[in-house]
Amino acid sequence: MGRGAGLPRRELRFLLNGEAVALREARADETLLDWLRLRRGLNGTKEGCAEGDCGACTVLVGRLGRDGLVYESVNACIRFLGSLDGCHVVTVEHLKDESGALHPVQQAMVDFHGSQCGFCTPGFVMSLYGLWMREPRPSDARIEKALQGNLCRCTGYEAIMRAARAVSTYGEAGRDPLAAERETVTAQLAAMRDGRRVEIGEGGGRLVVPASLDDFAAFLEAEPKATIVAGSTDVGLWVTKQMRDIAPVVFAGGLRDLQAISEKDGVVTIGAGVSYSEARDFLGRRIPALGLLIDRIGGEQVRNMGTIGGNIANGSPIGDTPPPLIVLGASLTLRKGKQRRTIALEDFFVAYGRQDRAPGEFVEAVHVPLPAKAAHFAVYKVSKRRDEDITATLGAFHVTVEDGVVASARIAYGGMAATPKRAKAVEAALVGRPWTQASVEGAQAAYAQDYQPLSDMRASAEYRLLAAKNLLLRFYMETTGAARPFAVKRYEVA
Amino acid sequence: MNRHAPNLKAQKIAGGVHSDVRHDSAHKHVAGEAVYIDDIPEPAGTLHAGLGLASVAHGVLKSVDLSAVRAAPGVVAVLTADDVPGVNDISPSGMNDDPVLADGKVEFHGQPVFCVVARTRDQARRAARLAKIDYEELPALVGIRDLDPATARQVTTPLTLKRGDAAAALRAAPRRVRDRMRLGGQDHFYLEGQVSLAVPGEDDEVTVYCSTQGPSETQHMVAHALGVASHAVTIEVRRMGGGFGGKETQANQCAALAAIAARKLGRAVKLRLDRDEDMTATGKRHDFMIDYDVGFDADGRILAVDYTFALNAGFSADLSGPVGDRALFHCDNAYFFPHVLAKSAPLYTNTVSNTAFRGFGGPQGMVGAERVIEEVAFAVGKDPLDIRKLNFYDEIGVEGTRNLTPYHQKVEDCIIQRIVAELEKSADYAGRRREISAFNANSRFVKRGLALTPVKFGISFTKTESNQAGALVHVYTDGSVHMNHGGTEMGQGLHLKVAQVVAEEFQIDLNRVRITATTTAKVPNTAPTAASSGADLNGMAAQDAARQIKKRLADFAAERYGVPREQIVFLPNRVRVGNQEIAFDELVRQAYVARVQLSAAGFYKTPKIHWDRSKGRGHAFYYYAYGAACSEVSVDTLTGEYVVERTDILHDAGRSLNPAIDLGQVEGGFIQGMGWLTTEELVWDDRGRLRTHAPSTYKIPLASDRPKVFNVALTDWSQAYEPTIHRSKAVGEPPLPLGLSVLHALSDAVASVADHRICPRLDAPATPERVLMAIERLKAEAAPVPTPAR
Repeated sequence: MGRGAGLPRRELRFLLNGEAVALREARADETLLDWLRLRRGLNGTKEGCAEGDCGACTVLVGRLGRDGLVYESVNACIRFLGSLDGCHVVTVEHLKDESGALHPVQQAMVDFHGSQCGFCTPGFVMSLYGLWMREPRPSDARIEKALQGNLCRCTGYEAIMRAARAVSTYGEAGRDPLAAERETVTAQLAAMRDGRRVEIGEGGGRLVVPASLDDFAAFLEAEPKATIVAGSTDVGLWVTKQMRDIAPVVFAGGLRDLQAISEKDGVVTIGAGVSYSEARDFLGRRIPALGLLIDRIGGEQVRNMGTIGGNIANGSPIGDTPPPLIVLGASLTLRKGKQRRTIALEDFFVAYGRQDRAPGEFVEAVHVPLPAKAAHFAVYKVSKRRDEDITATLGAFHVTVEDGVVASARIAYGGMAATPKRAKAVEAALVGRPWTQASVEGAQAAYAQDYQPLSDMRASAEYRLLAAKNLLLRFYMETTGAARPFAVKRYEVA
Repeated sequence: MNRHAPNLKAQKIAGGVHSDVRHDSAHKHVAGEAVYIDDIPEPAGTLHAGLGLASVAHGVLKSVDLSAVRAAPGVVAVLTADDVPGVNDISPSGMNDDPVLADGKVEFHGQPVFCVVARTRDQARRAARLAKIDYEELPALVGIRDLDPATARQVTTPLTLKRGDAAAALRAAPRRVRDRMRLGGQDHFYLEGQVSLAVPGEDDEVTVYCSTQGPSETQHMVAHALGVASHAVTIEVRRMGGGFGGKETQANQCAALAAIAARKLGRAVKLRLDRDEDMTATGKRHDFMIDYDVGFDADGRILAVDYTFALNAGFSADLSGPVGDRALFHCDNAYFFPHVLAKSAPLYTNTVSNTAFRGFGGPQGMVGAERVIEEVAFAVGKDPLDIRKLNFYDEIGVEGTRNLTPYHQKVEDCIIQRIVAELEKSADYAGRRREISAFNANSRFVKRGLALTPVKFGISFTKTESNQAGALVHVYTDGSVHMNHGGTEMGQGLHLKVAQVVAEEFQIDLNRVRITATTTAKVPNTAPTAASSGADLNGMAAQDAARQIKKRLADFAAERYGVPREQIVFLPNRVRVGNQEIAFDELVRQAYVARVQLSAAGFYKTPKIHWDRSKGRGHAFYYYAYGAACSEVSVDTLTGEYVVERTDILHDAGRSLNPAIDLGQVEGGFIQGMGWLTTEELVWDDRGRLRTHAPSTYKIPLASDRPKVFNVALTDWSQAYEPTIHRSKAVGEPPLPLGLSVLHALSDAVASVADHRICPRLDAPATPERVLMAIERLKAEAAPVPTPAR
């Protein structure tokens, strides 16, 4: 496909429940939730927090991915309309059948007393619906994971769990309307993709959906001040909480060329537009610890939207993927127009709020070398609440031991400094020493050289430093295979 | 509830009391069809309000420049304190210390200073940020940590409870421990934030659709602020998206502002707070600082306790007086204190005014009680459960001497012994205690902990006048029933329970009873739906209304069919009149034709209770609800992270009106209590800014925080000692403090690092950080240099 393939299209096209929508007017920062409630009168989807943490606004978005049409739960409160071109939005209003009978997920929730005040309930229904379509008979662990992004303040969740376990006794996922209409919807969505750039609005207020990766690169080079939106799990809050003016906005989340994930010669390359959910299994199969880490980033809705590229590009000191990727020796491809350059990931983070990214440049891909078989690799996240929480401290460890002696050590932390940062003094204290508890305890003294963390609402500096040091001990213990357990776990993971 | 022909042969009505009926709105909740305030179709021309919040914790308003706000796109009006037509006050305590909008000074960071009204909510929110306010900053007290409860400023009169001579008994006690513990507050985190839609009517009238637990109080406050009579103001609420006490008084500000704007502009005005604004500008559960001094004997029997419960009231009284009172009322939990002195200290600070939250100070009182138990247990070297059992009040039926509370009420219905005994057995406490010891001996980094904690919770408003309720019941000519009462629905299934009571009374199927929105126009002068009282009070009032109509129907039938009154029996969906049966609907039709009044207002007031606050004496509670929980945790001693492995609960809901609904209250209450004591941490910075003002930073439990094994049961044998509605017991608040079992299980795990020789004194919320720091402290105290025994 050519760059812009002719004149831009002046309307957004997507499906809403059973209806084809063509929007000629949409603000660049207009959220799906506001549009549903204020413009379409679809009040079943609720606003609980407007920041993607409570799940009351959960809807499903169907999109044509690598494996065809997939429906994923997302947070409508921080999802922009511009990201929906060529997608199928399914809200709670779409679930009852034509006779008015409740959907299996809904009926199970009713029968098992899964609602009390009912305000969070549509969001739970949608999350469980998304789960049921993928896994009609989920384990408790899987249900909990699907509900990490849904807060309920009344039920204590037990009744919702009972309902979730029982959904398949109420109906067959294979006969669900979304499954039955799969081919029709696929065709409809495919037809919407006409290979043209979408532009709504004028000048500085524009909303742009590029036609292709090349088109995106060209647009950004021409308009370097445009806000890049991929998953909008961060930018969404700039709008809903800070009320920042983000226009013009360029939506990169739908670019297929940014969504590739592949392995070649021991290096995994992740396109910047690959969502956490898409990356999870691919990475988790190769590096199990990374899969488990991804399971603790945001809730499922956020993982379905948010991208690893975005997690890196926004440069947060508490982003969870940079430390493990840094210790694995990951590199980034940055692109501006047609020019590409590759840098070490750790060099990307210059200072707090500052990255090595030029105006008009964007993160195109991250390359992650797989650790050697004999190497020890682990990543541990510590947070106030285990799931869907922001890191207090996160340690990533990549150590090779030869003949009982530390041959190499790469250790990095999040939450300990203004950027994701290597623990170089700790590494130096380990390399060349025997891999023993004594060496580990000796190296723990070096943490104070590497990190002077802050105290904030997530943790005190004292706790951060102490827990960070102790994570090294946990890592060491795990490599020794000595008596377990070394850490508390909710589920034993094979 | 579709109309269908009632079964005239039924043995039992569908949906009567004691049955597991599903929530009346469940089918609407799951379909997104249940209407909350923000879902009500807006009247044409509805405007939207936004708040301008103070950016200092304490200061004089030197200048408030709102010109940029007024000039912002879409802005229609800006309101300040000067625009309040009546009294700029919504203090529920009558202390005139709760302005609708700040006037001359601000007393906490986030206090509403002005209200902007615009065409859209987005415009109002954006405009609100454009104000230029100059403050003359004043010294601010941003928490109670450094305050001396004896001398610091208090927002209202404290309470003292006294029985016996605690000072002398403490001096004489063989053993004695004293310390101070700190206990965090809690945000309600109702999923639906504060919201009101005010619609102006004729003359000075206004109707406010408000997410409120206390429509009558909201009505009075709105009238007060508008300077109109209460009869000009109608408050209506069909349901709330959660309340938990946070919409008792805290709903009034949004209601008042929306009403003032609607009256001023002659258009409907909606004010819905953003989550961050809601958490910043509305009150929460009080954080406490508890000083305790306990004397006991070598067996661990408590002889005397001296308590001071200092609570962070925030900048105004709100409900802090009664919250502090209820903390004292529960400082004994289920334990008899032979000598006791307990004082409250509701302290003024420059933070948001704290308020009601499920338990209303009671849970904080119990936390103090359980800390004391733990101290005694560690001091005498026994399992805390043994100390608990040793100190319980006398069991029901025992005419002993250990049954007087610190407020001189005799505990007559104590069933905690049986509950604890049953739970101990079903949870295999003793067996697991041994297993855990063995596990801990062999596990270097992960330690397990176990605790079984009881709950005794007093039921009644301690403000006696609140213990009254009204209901309005209409029977229409087709035999269908319209039910209304003063209670509000916030998810607890109150409307359903009251409808079950009405159905039971008339002996008609539940679907013949229509649940309707709470409105001050139908039932006046109601208590807020609070203090767990909803079903007790409103169920009785509705029963009274139904009984009045039933009596008229029976009298009519006796007369019409010439049978003695005793031969009129209400059977399921029909009435036996002598030797014939008449369908209920048919009898109603006949009664109507005979001009029998088919509508009644019901009323109820709780008997027996009285309370003299100045003397600290009375029969403050009609009865007590009981329960117990046993929790087991695993703690990572390297990071303080933990999981709840298992919780078993046995809870007393009397003869439950609806066991399925009550089970939900118990499960939900436990998790909410657990959240309060574990991961829910409110953090203010030194400028008095709340730093945890959204779910990204304030962490309530998730599904994955539930106990891995969670066995919850209601006692199937208990019934209320007093003649409550069908001998059921209140169940809203009592389960919340069951979460204490998790705090104490964590404490038990922490204690294992020092061989259970040192009391961990684990404060709450027990975040991983607090757990790790307690572990470090115990390790340090236990290690090289032996610390002298306390």
